[in-house]
Amino acid sequence: MISNYIVIPGLTYGSQLALGALGITIVYSVLRFSNFAHGEFMSFGAMSSILLCWLFISLEINLYPLPTAILVLPIAIIFTIFYCLIVDKLIFKFYRQQNSKSVINLIVSIGVMFFTGGLIRFIVGPGDKNFFDGERFVFKAKTFKNFTGLNEGLTLKTTQGITILITVLLVILLFWFLNKTKTGKSMRAYSDNKDLALLSGINPEKVVLITWIITGTLACVAGTLYGLDKSYKPFTYLHLVLPIFSAAIVGGVGNPVGAIIGGFVIAFSELIITFAYKKIFFYFLPSFMVPEGLLQILSTDYKIAISFIILVLVLLIKPTGIYKGKVI
Amino acid sequence: MFLLSGENITCGYGSVDIVSNCNIGVKKGEISSIVGPNGAGKSTAMKALFGLLPLKNGRILLNGEDITNLKPQQRVLKGMGFVPQSNNIFPSLTVQENLEMGAFIDQSSLKEMLEYVFELFPALIDKKHQEAGELSGGQRQQVAVGRALMTKPKVLMLDEPSAGVSPIIMDGLFNKVLQIAKEGTAVLMVEQNAKQALKISNLGFVLNQGKNLFTDNGNSLLKNKQVRQAFLGG
Repeated sequence: MISNYIVIPGLTYGSQLALGALGITIVYSVLRFSNFAHGEFMSFGAMSSILLCWLFISLEINLYPLPTAILVLPIAIIFTIFYCLIVDKLIFKFYRQQNSKSVINLIVSIGVMFFTGGLIRFIVGPGDKNFFDGERFVFKAKTFKNFTGLNEGLTLKTTQGITILITVLLVILLFWFLNKTKTGKSMRAYSDNKDLALLSGINPEKVVLITWIITGTLACVAGTLYGLDKSYKPFTYLHLVLPIFSAAIVGGVGNPVGAIIGGFVIAFSELIITFAYKKIFFYFLPSFMVPEGLLQILSTDYKIAISFIILVLVLLIKPTGIYKGKVI
Repeated sequence: MFLLSGENITCGYGSVDIVSNCNIGVKKGEISSIVGPNGAGKSTAMKALFGLLPLKNGRILLNGEDITNLKPQQRVLKGMGFVPQSNNIFPSLTVQENLEMGAFIDQSSLKEMLEYVFELFPALIDKKHQEAGELSGGQRQQVAVGRALMTKPKVLMLDEPSAGVSPIIMDGLFNKVLQIAKEGTAVLMVEQNAKQALKISNLGFVLNQGKNLFTDNGNSLLKNKQVRQAFLGG
């Protein structure tokens, strides 16, 4: 029961936030600014997936029972990376060469955010798009009941299964890259101490390039997964950037482990607080005592507010975040 | 014949000359120290030798070759190692990763040099996989020197290696510097602790207001009455 409505959705939503927060944290630690355009990069990734999906479906190429989106994801990732690199070359590079303060970069990233948002709506329009196809459930409540003999069913939607699986894979890959490869270590070194990295002969342009490749990948995957799970609507990504930032800060900015933990903290708090507890009481109390309302602590409309309350609390009590990150 | 030398170097920030017409050099297997009061231009001269600051005048020779116009990274490849005064390690990388980063542009002797650095600083062996930022000041300095040694430099440049460490640790560090020099690497260092530094130096350069005041071997400078009175406190 609880696992159906809190644990699985929490893990799914948390994974999506974690992937987004990872992207923000990596840009922050290497390029030293808060990239508000990240939400729109995610949206761009999702849009690329949708366009490719349409193409593939019209060509009748699919991966049934998996959604076609999984098939096109690698190509969409390349598109997103390409877009990130173009934006960097045309915009961020200029400010990097000027040695601009991070505040200026932040404002620039907000500009990029609005531009990208506009571009996306121009290409696919502002409406809702559902690009999910394939088998809807990994197992339905009924099958689970029959299989395990338990009373209450457990459902796992395909999108949820895919989200969690891909996140785990991607995170393992990212940590392996950062901790074990020469290039990954040089990226961490550059983020740690830029001047000494230059003295050691680490090429800053290469580090920046790789940062955008990683960011583009993370953004595209996170955006596509979120779109698959919820349905794609360009405007939702404008809101999504807020819980993602909270996740990155709660976990400790600049710390990849923190970003993941932060993602799950935010996701679970949002779900626990907006969860309709009526169903639980339904089981424990005799039927005449079951209250009439939904018994939510707060309505789902306040979802985003919750991430901000957590953000404010963390900034007040432990400004460095759960894992020691950089103080902004 | 100097292995590394700056001839008549003039440099500074903006239009102000911090160092003017200075001559500094170090020979193979020897230690040279640059000493002098605060603001004498010691660190600036050091930065200029490593190419972190453009020269307005003069030239820099390494092994007889003019390297005045090379970038710092290129100088590393030519055989120069530099340990900055502060922020000289990667705090969130492990000790071993710090050393690996030192060898980033030249991996040819990575294994051999890792062994050499751990032999030179045995205290670091146990802390191999610990984050360098968690180490004590003395051990951080060891990591910093180790990082610069990773490319097997012909000349090692240390900017105030004893800054912020206790006198006992400083003695230990100076012993290691002597050992490094004995093994054939030229060491050029800038030091606040003039007495200590001159004691182990083959050559000392006393700078004042960006100019060479005295140049002599370490012991003679220590005996020099003028130097003693002006800079060593009698």
